[in-house]
Amino acid sequence: MSSPRTLYQKHIDSHTVCSLDDQGHVLLYIDRQVANEYTSPQAFSGLREAGRPVWRPAATLAVVDHVNPTTPRRTAVMGDAGGARQVEYFSENCRDFGIPLFDVLDRRQGIEHVVAPEQGFILPGMVVAAGDSHTTTYGALGAFGFGIGTSEIEHLLATQTLVYRRLKTLRVWATGELGPGVTAKDIIMALIVQIGASGATGYAIEFAGPAIDALSVEARMTVCNMAVEAGARGAFMAPDDKVFAYLQGRPRAPQGALWQAAVDSWRQLHTDLGATFDREAQLDVQTLPPMVSWGTSPDQAAAITGHVPDPLHEPDPIVRQGQQRALNYMGLEPGMALHDVRISHAFIGSCTNARLEDLRDAARVVKGKQVAAHVRAMIVPGSTLVREQAEQEGLARIFLDAGFEWRQSGCSMCLAMNDDVLAAGDRCASSTNRNFEGRQGAGARTHLMSPAMVAAAAIAGHLTDVRTFAPEA
Amino acid sequence: MQPFDTVTGSAAPLLAANIDTDVIMPKQFLKGIDRSGLAQGVFFDLRLLPDGTPNPGFILNQPAWQQASFLVTGPNFGCGSSREHAVWGLRQRGIRALIGTRFAGIFQDNCQRNGVLVIQLDEAQLANIAEVVSQPATAELSVDLPRQQIRLADGTVIPFLIDELGKQALMQGLDAVGATLQRAEQIRAFERQHLRDNPWLNL
Repeated sequence: MSSPRTLYQKHIDSHTVCSLDDQGHVLLYIDRQVANEYTSPQAFSGLREAGRPVWRPAATLAVVDHVNPTTPRRTAVMGDAGGARQVEYFSENCRDFGIPLFDVLDRRQGIEHVVAPEQGFILPGMVVAAGDSHTTTYGALGAFGFGIGTSEIEHLLATQTLVYRRLKTLRVWATGELGPGVTAKDIIMALIVQIGASGATGYAIEFAGPAIDALSVEARMTVCNMAVEAGARGAFMAPDDKVFAYLQGRPRAPQGALWQAAVDSWRQLHTDLGATFDREAQLDVQTLPPMVSWGTSPDQAAAITGHVPDPLHEPDPIVRQGQQRALNYMGLEPGMALHDVRISHAFIGSCTNARLEDLRDAARVVKGKQVAAHVRAMIVPGSTLVREQAEQEGLARIFLDAGFEWRQSGCSMCLAMNDDVLAAGDRCASSTNRNFEGRQGAGARTHLMSPAMVAAAAIAGHLTDVRTFAPEA
Repeated sequence: MQPFDTVTGSAAPLLAANIDTDVIMPKQFLKGIDRSGLAQGVFFDLRLLPDGTPNPGFILNQPAWQQASFLVTGPNFGCGSSREHAVWGLRQRGIRALIGTRFAGIFQDNCQRNGVLVIQLDEAQLANIAEVVSQPATAELSVDLPRQQIRLADGTVIPFLIDELGKQALMQGLDAVGATLQRAEQIRAFERQHLRDNPWLNL
């Protein structure tokens, strides 16, 4: 009888080709990878220069998402020559190496971490790596996903493996029931504030507890997606009936007898009773308020009912300097009430928060109201299929009537690699994942929050507590 | 990949916490399909003023650190996006090693794959190094990878730990893909069994 194992250990054990030393390095087999046009080109060039084939082309799904425009009328014409060259080379690489590609005009195109689950390309028990840090998203499906750089993409394409060193494990046990207007985004933002932007560096996080069980699969993706903003190199949740229901019938999911065999196997994917973690953290969501970031690191965030901190009250000199620098960049005064912060832009999009449920949440807030006159508000659906479904449900109409732009899918203003870029001094309420300096445009200021909170801010014209916008209130 | 043995050069202190890869390599430099030309993108918004002239207040623009071979970094350096462009740019600018307390995981792996040594020390050791190299006269240090030590200009010797696999790869400038492909038969055998055990992976 083997000793009790964590879900993380089970994944690593079942994917270890061989051990490479006595310090925890293994050759790890990777089941799937997702490729995009901006982090993959040099990896393919490396294969070409060495004359190496792709080990298992069907294990990769290629999606154009980072550089494409999101103008309301779909176009395959890129906004700049660099982006056009990347998309062209991507398509050439996928053709030459036999990798399936969803290009800009494909009905299944979208942000890679929205598209891959939507297609059933990610299944419980898989180990997935991709050239994008938000690959942690797939933990929500009971898979183990982690981001890698371009050299590792090349290694993975050529060998279907990575040289891997085992991480430590952190279990986050979340209890309590979320109040109205409070979402998965607030859970993960609160955790990042609690443990810090490098609080989980060197760890894989397993999220568990009643508050996680209660979340929908899409909401769980939001939590796992942003685990990387706490430094985690992977996130986990044990797959349950909600996950199986989410996956059943999706294009790449098994069917019939194979589906039943798969589900039987996936039910073993949980941390064994008695297994121990290197660290434990607790989070009670019962009284959790909606969160907003005020600084330039995701751990610089607070309750919407709170205030911009005063660096003079911070004892740690590095933290204090960080706060001072952030307030200077963000153009905020210590002690200012967060709901007084006036915005110029509102953005709902990204692999964190642009799935159908996110758009439904935002539409509930927006319905029958108008975007403030001084605010430019945009919705960029997570995928083209999400966009289509939102149109069928009437959500697009609600957004358009309220004065939002209803755009095509892509990463867009989350990282502003395409032409959706803010100008210096613009201030954006954003459903994205990073509030770094310059992230949405040089000199632009980002406030992270949930999609419903962005919707409320767009209408109020300043940051505001979505709970005062609740339709039943 | 250039093998790493002993490297001597100046070390620039960049001690702010959470310097992310968007700051190290902003988005406008990510539009290439090769690795070239990234030295000009490194710390673009810190190095240059809005009018495009060098920011004299930025450490890498000051004479003692202009040709820095090392950065002495604050906690969580390299956090955020997986963009390897950040490491390519640092390397093209002449950076051979980073010395800090904590580094972001993906960034650290990217450094290793590009011959950039990442040295992790405790806070007291780092503060000591930062203090010495902050003086132009003692900005230079040596990193001796075979002996696993940092030698400061004031004579201090600081040992560091690195795992043997990573050390050998850096010292020999190994092609990681080539090394793994020597195990192709083993991977193939594992894969056959793995796909038999989990047949839905074939879909």
